[in-house]
Amino acid sequence: MTTRLDKRFARLKTEARAAFVTFITAGDPDFDTTLAILKGLPAAGADVIELGMPFTDPMADGPAIQASTQRALKAGASMMKTLDLVRRFRASDSDTPIVLMGYYNPIYHMGVELFLSRATEAGVDGLIVVDLPPEEDDELCEPAMRAGLNFIRLATPTTDDRRLPAVLANTSGFVYYVSINGITGSASPETRNVAAAVARIKRHTSLPVAVGFGIRTPEQAAEIARNADGAVVGSAIVDAIAAEIDPQGRVKPGAAERVLAFVRKLADGVHGARATAAE
Amino acid sequence: MSTSQANSLRNGPDERGRFGIFGGRFVAETLMPLVLDLDKAYTAAKNDPAFQAQIDFMQRDYVGRPSPLYLAERLTEKFGGAKIYMKRDELNHTGSHKINNCLGQILLAMRMGKTRIIAETGAGQHGVATATVCARFGLPCVVYMGTTDIERQKPNVFRMKLLGAEVVPVTSGTGTLKDAMNEALRDWVTNVDNTYYLIGTVAGPHPYPAMVRDFQSVIGNETKAQMQEREGRLPDSLVACIGGGSNAMGLFHPFLDDRSVKIYGVEAAGKGLETGEHCASLKGGSAGVLHGNRTYLLQDEDGQIKDGHSISAGLDYPGIGPEHAWLHETGRAEYVSATDKEALEAFQLCSRLEGIIPALEPAHALAFVSKLAPTLPKDHLMVMNMCGRGDKDVFAVADHLGVTL
Repeated sequence: MTTRLDKRFARLKTEARAAFVTFITAGDPDFDTTLAILKGLPAAGADVIELGMPFTDPMADGPAIQASTQRALKAGASMMKTLDLVRRFRASDSDTPIVLMGYYNPIYHMGVELFLSRATEAGVDGLIVVDLPPEEDDELCEPAMRAGLNFIRLATPTTDDRRLPAVLANTSGFVYYVSINGITGSASPETRNVAAAVARIKRHTSLPVAVGFGIRTPEQAAEIARNADGAVVGSAIVDAIAAEIDPQGRVKPGAAERVLAFVRKLADGVHGARATAAE
Repeated sequence: MSTSQANSLRNGPDERGRFGIFGGRFVAETLMPLVLDLDKAYTAAKNDPAFQAQIDFMQRDYVGRPSPLYLAERLTEKFGGAKIYMKRDELNHTGSHKINNCLGQILLAMRMGKTRIIAETGAGQHGVATATVCARFGLPCVVYMGTTDIERQKPNVFRMKLLGAEVVPVTSGTGTLKDAMNEALRDWVTNVDNTYYLIGTVAGPHPYPAMVRDFQSVIGNETKAQMQEREGRLPDSLVACIGGGSNAMGLFHPFLDDRSVKIYGVEAAGKGLETGEHCASLKGGSAGVLHGNRTYLLQDEDGQIKDGHSISAGLDYPGIGPEHAWLHETGRAEYVSATDKEALEAFQLCSRLEGIIPALEPAHALAFVSKLAPTLPKDHLMVMNMCGRGDKDVFAVADHLGVTL
């Protein structure tokens, strides 16, 4: 089955471009602002959208995304509202893939089958669930594949060659390479290590490899884009959203536009990367 | 006749780290290779007599084991029913059962060539025990502790610092044990090469729940032998308090196949189960996945984790060890609860009648004993786990009783 993600990466390949993958947390700082940013992301250059499902205990995330999760939950975010955001986005964009990213408990609590039917109905294309390693594939990965969703797995520097085949076995859509051992938004990766790691993963799979964790500037995004099929930026965008909240906790007027302007700069970095490299 | 191997309740977990549907390895990919390594290293150590000999030696000469099994005559008389024995793990070095586990794990960490130890702590007892073994074996120690807990457990914070540990305040969430555990996991993901995460309770990804249980089972094994010596038979019931549930699991596990022994775990009911302000994951929660395992959790209708409340920082955790969740569902153990108020009353009663100031955690167990014991015959042998001493709690208790120190 060809999914929206497959089509998107295939098209980018023919255009010889890397994918720009953006992450924002659903409902941060509130539902309407997320929806405005979400709708503007494709025009700002996002090729794939990761939408974070807020969870009280984001164990693999650094301070920026933890704080965004807290803001979202405080503003009333919930699983149903996250799915509603996707549904509303999908009403006006039938091409840009959306991947839900988060932790297993809110999904488990809703019930896996119910969640999968609601997610496919809303127009979700893939899932990244941080705390579900291949050892727990029967929990969600296998049912998600049966429902036609891509299950995108994280590979990390600790995933050695012996383990890589198990990690890749049920992965589809793309492989998300976490460039550093650590939490989101921490130290930036070294380009040389990233290139070697991407090459290593590509020896085991024909899937596109997107790289994330620690990419904060258009220059860093460009560096990654030269060496991988995609660059993921999360914490830096989430920080830009945080800067749009005034000391009284209100969202500043024009917030979505300014966040999208920042996203565009990052996108230009990614999309110009290979052109620059060719010069 | 002993239960056959196949029907034993002591065989868990399975190769996936599960007790029934509970347990498992729900961790990020970065940690997965480490968790698998740990499992392999622990299995090898467990089967190495030299490792066990090392633990036994330290348990005797450093911790002071075996801890006594003490007949609490005045409480027995006061309640007027069952004969109440206390397993005196509060007499251990560092003042609680936590050291049993820390000793086993630090010896394992050293076998694995790890050079840095991290831990989470709630009441501070596990933090102190970890800092203690780190001092003894010369390893650097970082303890994550919520800011709320730091405030209510000042003496333990200072003890950890005296022992050379770095105490890192955790401000996220409500600044309690679950937040400290999140932060310790973040540290571990970041420092995978040299760091050993010394988890303090029977929770977390496999093999932690089984490993911590094994290290704590010295409590139940000693109890069995001591009761045999004193009374010539098995006890009739066991009672222990439960936060994550390590002291309880240590007492219960060796008795799981002795079906005549009734088993009671006492959760913290806080201000009362009906108020929603409690830490009773089994009585007031539902199945979910947090901190690497599936178990019972306090959560809302969206699957978001709720903050617990208890007068006792050591019980203030929104989950419970997965083996307890399984014992609850299979009915082998019965889980009950005691409120803050009941625990405070038991705390004072024990101090006055037995000359033992208990920690607020086992005061919950004693609160349940005070209800159950009077209903039982005088030849009923009950063992309550006195898993910690109350020195750390005197300030908090004074505060609750309206006394200014």
